[in-house]
Amino acid sequence: MKKNKGGIWKADVYVTLKPSVQDPQGDTVLRALKQMHYVGAQRVRMGKFIELWWDGKMSKKAVEKKTHEVCDRLLANPNIEAYHFILRKMTSNEMKVAK
Amino acid sequence: MMRFAVVVFPGSNCDQDCRDVLERVMKQQVRMVWHRTRALGRVDAVILPGGFSYGDYLRTGAIARFSPIMKAVQRFARRGGLVFGICNGFQILCESGLLPGALVRNRSLKFVCRQVWLKVRNMKTPFTCACPARPLKIPIAHGEGNYYVEKKTLDELKKKHQIVFQYCDAGGRLSFEANPNGSVEHIAGVCNENFNVLGMMPHPDRSAEAVLGSRDGFFLWKSMVVFLMRKRTSCSA
Repeated sequence: MKKNKGGIWKADVYVTLKPSVQDPQGDTVLRALKQMHYVGAQRVRMGKFIELWWDGKMSKKAVEKKTHEVCDRLLANPNIEAYHFILRKMTSNEMKVAK
Repeated sequence: MMRFAVVVFPGSNCDQDCRDVLERVMKQQVRMVWHRTRALGRVDAVILPGGFSYGDYLRTGAIARFSPIMKAVQRFARRGGLVFGICNGFQILCESGLLPGALVRNRSLKFVCRQVWLKVRNMKTPFTCACPARPLKIPIAHGEGNYYVEKKTLDELKKKHQIVFQYCDAGGRLSFEANPNGSVEHIAGVCNENFNVLGMMPHPDRSAEAVLGSRDGFFLWKSMVVFLMRKRTSCSA
């Protein structure tokens, strides 16, 4: 438990277009793949990847709640997008590399 | 004379066009309101101009909707005040929930800047009550003007006559070719249920004088002024 007190929480947030929304970027990339002879390529959907760091002193539950909140309010538009995130503590080595 | 507020966000670039049309062409009073301001003051209508607020980062209009002035704009809209969002202003209104739907990347992935024709679907709104019964020629300039709304909301919009403008050809016909960005139902502009908030991608601020290639945008500004004058007259009578 002790080692969990410090450090940084890292949320890897993935924002994707809802299946019902057209994705002209994804369609264009798919066409390019086909032109490059990747015959098995079936579907490409473009989205956003966002790294969100939180204070490591916060509880996991609190960080999850706050991450949902910022996704709902700002990072994703519920009219057109869906999101999910993976939350974990960063290792000290990862923090060194990231900074 | 009516009082208009033009909100200026970091990255707005049509704020001076709106001011010029309202002051010089329409002879109205204009107050430029910086987005950090918390109050609109005494105004009759609010304009959210075009541009690239906050560099269009994250999503168009997504960050601007949290500017301090937007709380005042929402209060003003709830009280029935006229709020008109053009291009980026439309994107901000959708993000802030004052209008339904969202604006996504153009079907062509290209920034489209050209004259388009618009069919006026509802001529009874405060923004269209002085429009002629023919297609209007008004320019667009956007990369993300592809209006999207879910089927259920789209049906509601139709039923309640909230679709105000649709892209068409010079003869008023709707078609795939006449739709410059892939918007559902060729939608170019929608309003809220109470008809006091309008958002549209085309620029009436760039088409209020013949020297700019079209004067059809003038009819929207005229509609607003006529509506507000009538309202004032009926209130004081």
